[in-house]
Amino acid sequence: MTEATTAKREQLKPPTSNVGLIGWLRTNLFSSWYNSILTVVILLFLAWLVPPLFRWAFIDSLWNSSAEACRDIDGACWSVIPNNIRFIILGFFPEGQEWRPLLAMALLLGLVIYSKERSRWKKSLAWLWLINILIMGSLMHGGILGMPVVETSQWSGLPLTFILSFFGMIVAYPMGILLALGRRSQMPAIKTLCVVYIEMIRGVPLISLLFMSSIMFPLFLPEGVTIDKVLRALIAIILFTAAYIAEVVRGGLQAMPRGQYEAADSLGLPYKHTMRLIILPQALKIVIPPSVGILLSVFKDTSLVVIIALYDVLKTTMVTLSNPNWAGYSSESYIFLALLYFIFCFAMSSYSRRLEKELHTGH
Amino acid sequence: MNDPQNHIDSDKTAKPIIEIHEMHKWYGDFHVLSNINLQVQPQEKIVICGPSGSGKSTLIRCINRLEEHQRGQIIVNGTELSNDLKNIEKVRAEVGMVFQHFNLFPHLTIIENLTLGPIWVRKTPKKEAEEMAMMYLEKVQIAEQAKKFPGQLSGGQQQRVAIARSLCMNPQVMLFDEPTSALDPEMIKEVLDVMIGLAEEGMTMLVVTHEMGFAKSVADRVMFMDEGEIVEQNSPDVFFDNPQHERTQLFLSQIL
Repeated sequence: MTEATTAKREQLKPPTSNVGLIGWLRTNLFSSWYNSILTVVILLFLAWLVPPLFRWAFIDSLWNSSAEACRDIDGACWSVIPNNIRFIILGFFPEGQEWRPLLAMALLLGLVIYSKERSRWKKSLAWLWLINILIMGSLMHGGILGMPVVETSQWSGLPLTFILSFFGMIVAYPMGILLALGRRSQMPAIKTLCVVYIEMIRGVPLISLLFMSSIMFPLFLPEGVTIDKVLRALIAIILFTAAYIAEVVRGGLQAMPRGQYEAADSLGLPYKHTMRLIILPQALKIVIPPSVGILLSVFKDTSLVVIIALYDVLKTTMVTLSNPNWAGYSSESYIFLALLYFIFCFAMSSYSRRLEKELHTGH
Repeated sequence: MNDPQNHIDSDKTAKPIIEIHEMHKWYGDFHVLSNINLQVQPQEKIVICGPSGSGKSTLIRCINRLEEHQRGQIIVNGTELSNDLKNIEKVRAEVGMVFQHFNLFPHLTIIENLTLGPIWVRKTPKKEAEEMAMMYLEKVQIAEQAKKFPGQLSGGQQQRVAIARSLCMNPQVMLFDEPTSALDPEMIKEVLDVMIGLAEEGMTMLVVTHEMGFAKSVADRVMFMDEGEIVEQNSPDVFFDNPQHERTQLFLSQIL
């Protein structure tokens, strides 16, 4: 009897309507009358939107022409990008020295890509980073090996965006972890300090922190002492980000079952090892999605430095558009910029998804 | 003297490895443990039973300071438990603990779970720690799973790994906090077998459990706790065949 049943079950195939193109259409687009209506409405909307957009962007457009040629066309004038690419990407970096920021950025991206593999996360990688940061710093600043000095006030465009966001993340993340641990500390002084810090920073917009760092802070410094403007903006970004990271990490710490602490305690592990080896690896893995959310917004929020007159890649684009020759082509420029931001953000978020998958250990 | 603890003859020549004197513990206003006196000799096996909420888990958790006691003394292997963190860590390294829910580290492989304590607490070289870990895994018959993660093992296997993890620290005493009560029935035996083997080798053990068969065959002393007190303790044959206290009789009638 049972054998007969199993034999029968093996022969059963899924109903035809669930497989193939028709099955797919039926389950995903036309599963009920309101889904069918939605599908039709959306199709009509796309039919209205896509062809003219496509025409504007690709058919009637010019890709590499003078500003004059663009006056006579209806489509997009992409020429604004190649004609101004040097200023958009590098801003005020001195003529003839372009290779330095370009090489620095290439080193940074190269090293980021190299660091993606978890098997390479060793002590030697940390040294590699340290050496590379020194090299990138010398490339940007110059003053050695016959490279003329370039003051930070001339650092602008994409390198500035990278510097602010990269160092913002790298420094803010461990600082946020320490703040989160501090906030959960048994010691009242440390706990209060961390709570006050986190809540104060989170109660203030980033813009006001940037203003404070660029306008108010120098007022408190003794005469003659100045702190670099880029550095001040960077510190504001780090302080701001760390507070948000701290709360995300704290969420992860709270999600840890008490049994993990108890198991570590019962082995006699001291606090620092318990945190480093048991609790943080698990807690940080839990909070990968919200952490990446914060890191993405740091990357994008660096564009707020325009208000303290730093020329990040958004500001250099805006400057390009203030040139009367190219003033009318803001859509094209902003689409280009959006793409640029999107590529980096998408790379970060897809990497985080991969990391999550790799760290999954089947529990 | 109102001492409900009819002591049985144990080897008085040996120095007790655990001494608890007039220990009290409160959770807020709730008196969880009241006037606990207990001496455990080396190699002694004690089974602690009692209704839920009687304080039996809390008692053994006090012994490695997962819970803090407020009055009295707990001395483990010559070290008194106080707020001194160094002393606490010293005691914890000597006292192994097995939990109801295993509490393995899910992000580490089985072998990493086992070597963590030896490497970071005992400062054993990694290679040596791994050899020892494999030896203990072999002992709990699970060596072939060394490279897997805890989440890939069954409950019984995880609990055996947890026992092996404690053993890797070469503990003087092993505490078991209801080691089989989270397991499916068919897995209880494999864990109990490991514990019996351990008992035969002479490990000092305090076991909170409802496995009365285990208590009868392994324990030197069975202890009954109720409402935060040690009501009665005796050798298993006396305890089960001729319980002295009404509360013990009632409890035994309910579970046997």
